[in-house]
Amino acid sequence: MHVTIRLFARLRDLVGCGELEREAPPGSTVGAVWNGLVADYPAIAPYADSMSCAVNAEYARMTDPLADGDEVAFLPPVSGG
Amino acid sequence: MSASPTAITADVLDITALVRIVEASGIGAVTTFLGLVRDHNQGRRVLHLVYEAYEPLAERALSRIVDESRAKWPSVTLAIHHRIGRLTIGDASVAIAAASPHRADSFAACRYAIERIKQIVPIWKHEFFEGGDVWIEGATADPDDQAAREAAMRLACT
Repeated sequence: MHVTIRLFARLRDLVGCGELEREAPPGSTVGAVWNGLVADYPAIAPYADSMSCAVNAEYARMTDPLADGDEVAFLPPVSGG
Repeated sequence: MSASPTAITADVLDITALVRIVEASGIGAVTTFLGLVRDHNQGRRVLHLVYEAYEPLAERALSRIVDESRAKWPSVTLAIHHRIGRLTIGDASVAIAAASPHRADSFAACRYAIERIKQIVPIWKHEFFEGGDVWIEGATADPDDQAAREAAMRLACT
């Protein structure tokens, strides 16, 4: 299946772009997609402990399964206001 | 200037317009809050900020804050606009207006809203200061974190 990955703020800077397309096995979780990304970009690994994630612009959990066409976002700690 | 009670916008914020959004018959108090870009942060001389948002989720998070406020203070009408893009010193980054029949609830809801914005809205500030730049990272966003929500409520109600 096909997923779109969205990255923001320093996570985007570390990877070098804000949007990536990835193929993943059916039923892959958000966490599995993250682990694949970390394999390609080891510098982002420390964010596993502090970031949030979202699927199709709704907050999600790393254990949530994905469907074909989903947009997965990885969000560093927020600093609005 | 959006007429919606919640907005993520690149436009200059207009607190008077926000007050008009929350005004209604029966209102006896409006509390407003403006967050401004400060010229210093942690010993650094700040030059400007660039705010970035995951916009669709940020809009939903603002709506969630309005819903949470309504559950706690049913008589309060709340409006929240957050600006994104490049802001210079003194620019307003966030504007909140809370209207209610009596002042206690409007003050509390306004404070609750800004605390929750800092906890759960996916917006980031990129600080450009004399000598460099840094992404500011605050709270790990988790709307279901009850401890964070209670902390915001304590600040609102003390």
